[in-house]
Amino acid sequence: MNLVFALLMGTIFGTVLVKSEVASWFRIQKMFRFEEAHMFLIIGSAVAVGVLSIVLIKKLGLRTLAGEEVTIRDKPYQKGVVIGGIIFGAGWVITGACPGPIYAQIGSGEYWALCSFIGAFCGAYLYALLRPRLPH
Amino acid sequence: METLTQPWPWYVAGPLIGLTVPALLLLVGKPFGISSSFRHLASMCSPKTRVAYLRDNDWRSELWSLVFVLGVIIGAFVAAHYLSNSAVHLLPDHYRQWSGGLRLFIGGLFVGFGTRYADGCTSGHSIMGLSNLKWPSLLATACFFIGGMVSIVVLDALFPMP
Repeated sequence: MNLVFALLMGTIFGTVLVKSEVASWFRIQKMFRFEEAHMFLIIGSAVAVGVLSIVLIKKLGLRTLAGEEVTIRDKPYQKGVVIGGIIFGAGWVITGACPGPIYAQIGSGEYWALCSFIGAFCGAYLYALLRPRLPH
Repeated sequence: METLTQPWPWYVAGPLIGLTVPALLLLVGKPFGISSSFRHLASMCSPKTRVAYLRDNDWRSELWSLVFVLGVIIGAFVAAHYLSNSAVHLLPDHYRQWSGGLRLFIGGLFVGFGTRYADGCTSGHSIMGLSNLKWPSLLATACFFIGGMVSIVVLDALFPMP
């Protein structure tokens, strides 16, 4: 059942990414050049809603549909947060997409984005191979 | 229908994206994140691998993530074909050739490698992590932007706009 919800949430998310042009290389260029506030306002308002929602979930003691307690895996600091973060930022500029928008670009008919996807898959694989040797 | 076919403003898109946080937590019991899908796909494609990062990853328990990104593709398709009056162009024309494809592949390498090394992307860190008030996610987000801005400067210098 939760897979059905995941599919539904993903579909809505994909629609939003295309309609709001979050998945647009052009908007990402404008974001990084500080030429417009669109992307910052989206991220900002998304975080505001997210913070509020987690506060409410904790205050009201809401549980998952399966009746379980809501737990969020911790992502502790490690050097990859900085090094990987900077590398990802470069990729975000070149492809005009972070992971979600890569899928959205493909779905919207930008099939050249498959190159971005294949690159991302290979990049993840490369990380998996190099991981024991990388500073963490 | 008119408002639906225009580009959506930030005050519609932002909150909708933000609502993905509680929706996934409550309905699927999972925290929002997308870059992990690359790991799960890699694990799925490497059943006999000895690489710990892929072998020790129970991708079957994270199937929701692969279904979610399938939904993203479907939703994007619907948006581009049924919710838009004009053709949707998310990539610049100069990428629609093999030299562009190579650049996208390299950019993709950075995205895949960087997000896994950072253990999250804009969804996992900037939205989910910040919503959960985690400082490493704020640091991650700052680094995403530092990496992006430095790249803009470097790329502008290497490939000046005519």
